[in-house]
Formats: sequence, structure tokens, C-alpha cells
Amino acid sequence: MDDFGNALSAALSLVVGLDDQLLEIVGLSLHVSLSAVIIAAAIGLPLGAAVALFRFPGRMAVVVLLNAFMGLPPVVVGLIVYLLLSRAGPLGTLGLLFTPTAMIIAQVILVTPIIAALTRQVIEDLWAEYEEQLRSLGAGPGRALTALLWDGRFSLVTAVLAGFGRASAEVGAVMIVGGNIDHVTRVMTTTIALEVSKGDLALALGLGLILLALSASVNGAAFLIKETAQRRHA
Amino acid sequence: MTSAILPLSLDNVSYEIGGVRLIKDMTCTFEAGPRTAIIGPNGAGKSLFLRLCHGLIRPSTGKVSWHANDADGQAPGDAQAMVFQRPVMLRRSVSANVDFALKLKGIARDERVRRIDDVLARAGLRRLKDQPARVLSFGEQQKLALARAWALRPQVLFLDEPTASLDPAATHSVEEIIEAIHGEGTRIILTTHDLGQAKRLSDEVIFLHRGRMLERAPTEQFFTEPKNDLAQAFVRGELLWWRLGKDNRKGAINDREK
Amino acid sequence: MNYNNNHFSIWIAAILVAVFVVITGAQAADRFITVASTTSTRNSGLYENILPLFTKTTGIKVRVVAVGTGQAIKLARNGDADVLLVHHKPSEKKFVTDGFGLKRHDVMYNDFVIIGPKTDPAQVRGIKVVDTALSKIAASGAPFTSRGDDSGTHKKERSLWKSAGIDVKTASGSWYRETGAGMGATLNTASGMSAYALTDRGTWLKFANKADMEILVQGDKRLFNPYGVIVVNPAKHPHVKLADAQAFVSWLISKAGQSAIAAYRLKGQPAFFPNANPGNRS
Repeated sequence: MDDFGNALSAALSLVVGLDDQLLEIVGLSLHVSLSAVIIAAAIGLPLGAAVALFRFPGRMAVVVLLNAFMGLPPVVVGLIVYLLLSRAGPLGTLGLLFTPTAMIIAQVILVTPIIAALTRQVIEDLWAEYEEQLRSLGAGPGRALTALLWDGRFSLVTAVLAGFGRASAEVGAVMIVGGNIDHVTRVMTTTIALEVSKGDLALALGLGLILLALSASVNGAAFLIKETAQRRHA
Repeated sequence: MTSAILPLSLDNVSYEIGGVRLIKDMTCTFEAGPRTAIIGPNGAGKSLFLRLCHGLIRPSTGKVSWHANDADGQAPGDAQAMVFQRPVMLRRSVSANVDFALKLKGIARDERVRRIDDVLARAGLRRLKDQPARVLSFGEQQKLALARAWALRPQVLFLDEPTASLDPAATHSVEEIIEAIHGEGTRIILTTHDLGQAKRLSDEVIFLHRGRMLERAPTEQFFTEPKNDLAQAFVRGELLWWRLGKDNRKGAINDREK
Repeated sequence: MNYNNNHFSIWIAAILVAVFVVITGAQAADRFITVASTTSTRNSGLYENILPLFTKTTGIKVRVVAVGTGQAIKLARNGDADVLLVHHKPSEKKFVTDGFGLKRHDVMYNDFVIIGPKTDPAQVRGIKVVDTALSKIAASGAPFTSRGDDSGTHKKERSLWKSAGIDVKTASGSWYRETGAGMGATLNTASGMSAYALTDRGTWLKFANKADMEILVQGDKRLFNPYGVIVVNPAKHPHVKLADAQAFVSWLISKAGQSAIAAYRLKGQPAFFPNANPGNRS
């Protein structure tokens, strides 16, 4: 229990003191995870909606795969992206390894299936409700797709938040492709791992608390936006 | 401008699901002009019939053809519209719901604004135009569904039990709107199990039972002197739980359905 | 006619863009080299201490990717680093003879120590010959945590067991526990189960979770832990930043670098002993 007490004071002193390093690490964490989620949403939302609306051979397999990939192990994704971006690998000339960009790429791979699979379910349920009316009005699957994505926006915000949760919490992928380089690719989760490996458990726990608070803030903000919008637009 | 899409002809149309024929050998024509009410007990196939006419489902056998078909054999979409028993509203404002339908038809902005204003006013919904459509009462939503269909200026309007879940006041409002739409030249084809509504709103009645059209007659004549004995029983308010006999007449309880 | 629906999306987009822009702070185009090194070296805190001196002198930033020795060598072989700095001479020599490195230079050394619980169930405290100590630990059945990850430390540990004539493979899972993890994690595990472990002095001095553990065996010459630094061969990987990498290695083995290493102390004791041979300067 000692450690918890020490953790709290460690966390507080870092936050109150607006520790420079902490700000840098938090900033980078947000940059990487938010960028990844934005890109993953840009891919996953239309992808999930398309799988929900269009009939094509192998559709069931795609649905199952999307659901399965929600559980992609981050360390495996990190390894695969490393092999791709390594100088010895196919995309080595891009020189992306050990940069935040590599971390964003790995997280996009992790997050897109989550957003796509959840979107698919939301849109599928909406389509069941709207299909006849939309078809009667002459909306083909294409027009229906955008209409349904907009209509399901409140549920889809939750899907995107689930993606953000995954991105900001994972350490396996960003550790391998980022290299946890001080001031360059060190984020909250890799810092926590580092402090644990140095045996500084209190500090690690303190950082963990800060990370939790960060995640809670993002979710809280999204919740507020959703609530106000929902009240005004139902 | 689309050319006239009526008359609509059904030629030996059947519809089958899982080996069960739910619509059997329908042949009929809808000319321009009268308002038609399709009545019959639950399970007669009224809703299916409507959807076959509107093109939401394809017949298993036979042909549904309009006077002016496009290359696909479908009627041009912007000439017909349908209102369902439960109104389907998008999560946006009242006016945005109508706007959505108009946008789908590619109507220009100014014209859209004009039409939306017009139909909302005439449906008595103008004061609600910026409300989220989903907070409206059921009756108001159904009026909105009608207004949305009306804005499209359809040549044919299909309605599937439009007032089945509404109270009398709302039903009255909705019926007034249907009359107004008809007044502007739209062909009305509606299903209902409210015989009073059929009397109020239609010029001709089609009686369906177990997927077959058993009688079609002008409304007054149908209700005073129905020819088919099942129709007679129905008009009397009896529950039509028997099977049909060989000659579409009331069969004995043990008669097997063909 | 109103489109309040759109306010929602615009609002979200605006917030996100704002956050994005603020955060995407300039990671300006720096002049840097990438060094593949080990977690034990990083955990000692040496790099944070001496690298800024190098950067100040040359303007070259040093990005250290700290992983296990095996992974560090793999990174360097793949050309994902410009310089390799690890502590396993045989692997380093192979790296050069295989053509992936230009030349191996001595940089510094420290030593390994055996740590364990104060209670010392195997009674190895103060033993000067490491073979004896290891035999006593094996005989006592007291738990021993190994990194088990093919790192420099792990390879060292395996060679010590071998020369003591003890087969730890068969004992794996009973008193010999392989964590497959870095030094810090292994020490955490040792701490948690009051086990013995082999660790480099630097990591141990800095380790913050010592609980009731302390150094029990040290000083045997066989516990010597030498570090070597190698520039990755541009013939194999043309993109390697040759000039800057060589500037780094030169600095490390120069008087400036060597005294910086010597000056770094942990809890008042030197963590590393510089031993670059001036004759080795390339």
C-alpha cells in the first residue's frame, strides 16, 4: 500500500509542478494516439458501413475477420510493422522506423478494426430499421451509407472512443516501432514500462494515474459533446 | 418532367418465401384517377402486395410493369412514393428530413426550400420545422412522413396502414392530408383494416384474402353488395378463419388449400 | 431552414484540429545518429549523463534505442542503427567479421554482481570464486532468476553456469526461473520472490526496488563486463550516417568521452570504468 501512497504523491508533484518532461511525454502520447484514431476513423467508418450495406461474396468472412482483428495483439502488430519499416525490410527507404510516424502507423493498424467492426454493427442495425424507407425514397447503398453514418453518429462516437482507448493504452506496438527514444518517441505507456524496469514502481504507478486521468478527460469531453448534441438534435 | 407512369399492370404475379406462396396469381391494372383501398384480414398479403407494386420486392413469378418503365423495368423512382405504418425518421430536424428526400431526387436548393415550406405548412407542421423529428408525437411523425412523400410530387402514393396506430384526432388529420394530396392529382393506393377509412378515403376497394384478390369493386357497391361470400363475411365483421375452397368460396374446415 | 446537425460535426472537427495542431509540435529536422544499445546501459543512467556533452560539442543528437543485446545486434545488422554499443565481446566480434561493423573499440567496463536476499539461504555472501557461489546456490535449491532473453547479461550468466559445471536447463521452472525479460523486470521478479540473480552493477546501483536484497558476490575477474562500440558498415547499409557515427565513436574513446564516463557516479561509486585503448582509435 506504500507504493500507492507514493504513487499519488509522485503523480501530484509531477502534475502540479507542470514537469517539463511530463508535458512533453503527454503531448507526444496525445499526438500519436489522436492522429492514429483520426486516420483509423477515416478508414474504419466508411469501411464498416460498406460491409454492413453491401452484399458481396465472402462478406461473412470479412465480418468475422473484422471482429477477430479487434483483438490483434499490439506486440505482434509492432513486430510486423518493424519488419516492414526496418532498413532491411521492404519500406526501409522511407526511414520511418523509430519515429512517431511509425508509431501512428502501428496504432492505425490496431485501431481500424475496432472502429470498423463496431461501425458495421451500428450501421447494420440502423439499416434494418431504415432500409425500406430509404429504398422507397430512391437511396442506393451509396447514398444510404452517408445518411446512416450521420444518423448513427452518437453510437459511432462511442466506437471511436473505444479505438482511442486502445491506442492510448497500448505499449507493445509503440515500444518496438518507436524504440522509446528519450524526447523523440517516448510516450506515457513506454515511460511507465521504463520506470517499472528501473524498479521505480511508485513513479510508474503515478504516471499510470496520470494516464488514466488523461483518458478520462478525453472520454469526458466526448461525453459532454455527445450529450449536448443529443439533447439538441435527438 | 417524367412522363405518366400509370397505368400499372400486374400480370400473374406470385410471391413466394421458403416454399410458401404468399401472393398468388395476381392480375390487375391500376389506371390513373381513382383512390384505391386494399382491404382484407391480417395475413391476407396486403402489405406484400403494396411492396410488390412499389417495387420494394420482386415477384417470384409474373411481371409488374408500369406504363413508362426505365431500362431496368422499374418505374422511374421519383414518380412514386410510399408511407409506411410506422414512420421512419432520420435523426435530424423535421425540415431536414424532407430536405433529405428532395436532395435524393436531385432537386435544386431554392426549389427544395420552397417545397419544404409548402408541405410543412399544409401538413400543419411549420411551427415544428427545426425540431428533431424524433421528438415529435407518433401522429406528427406520420404527418411528416406524408409531407415528405408529398414534397416529391409523386404520381402514385402507396400507403401501408398509415393510421393503424393513431388516435382518432391524428387519424383525421392524416386523412385530410391524404385527401389534399389526391386533390393535386396523385393516385392513392392504400391498405387499411379500418373499414370506415376505406369508405371515407377510397373510390374503389380491392379485397384480398390469403394472397388472392377475391373482389374488386367501386367502394359503395362493395360495401352494400359484396359479391364474394368471404367479402360478405368480412364486411359483416366476421373473422375469416376458414380455408378457401376450390372455387374461392368458403370451404369446409377440412378442405385442403391448393 | 436550419442545419443544426452540422454544428455537431464541425464542433468535433474543430476541437480535434486544435488539439492536433497544438500537439503536432515541431519535431524539427535534427541532425542525429541512432545508437542501438542495451537496457542495462540505459538503466544505469549513463546516457542521460554523457550524451548531452557530446551534443554540445558537435551539435549531433544521439538517439538511443535500448533493447536486449540480441535485439540491439539484430537492429544494427538490419541497418536500423548507425552505431552498436553492447557488452558481449564474442557477438561483437562476430558482428565485425560478418561484415556488418567496421571495427570494434573498447569503451568501458564494469562488472557483474550476484545479488540476493539478505537472509542468504545459500550462504554465498563474500565468496570470491563465482563457480563456488553458483554451485552453492544450485545445491541449496534457493530460487535464481535469469533473464533468459539471450542478452549480454544472459549469455554471461550461461557461460558462468557452464564453467561451474551446472546444467540449468533441467532445473528451469524449479529453482531456476527464466523470466525472458529485461534486467529491471528480472530484478523486480527476484525482489518479489527473494531470489538470487546476476546483474550488472550499474543497473543494480540505480535500481529502485531493492526491497531486502543486496550484493552478495563480487570481485571475481570472471565477472568482468566489457563494453564495445562499433560503427555499422556503410558497405552493407549505405544510408548509415558514417561521418557523424564515427564522430561519436571517436568522442567516446577520446579523453573527453572517457573522462565523462569516469565521472559518472551512482550513489557515490563509479558505474563504469573507461578502458578505450588509444591505439585502437580508427
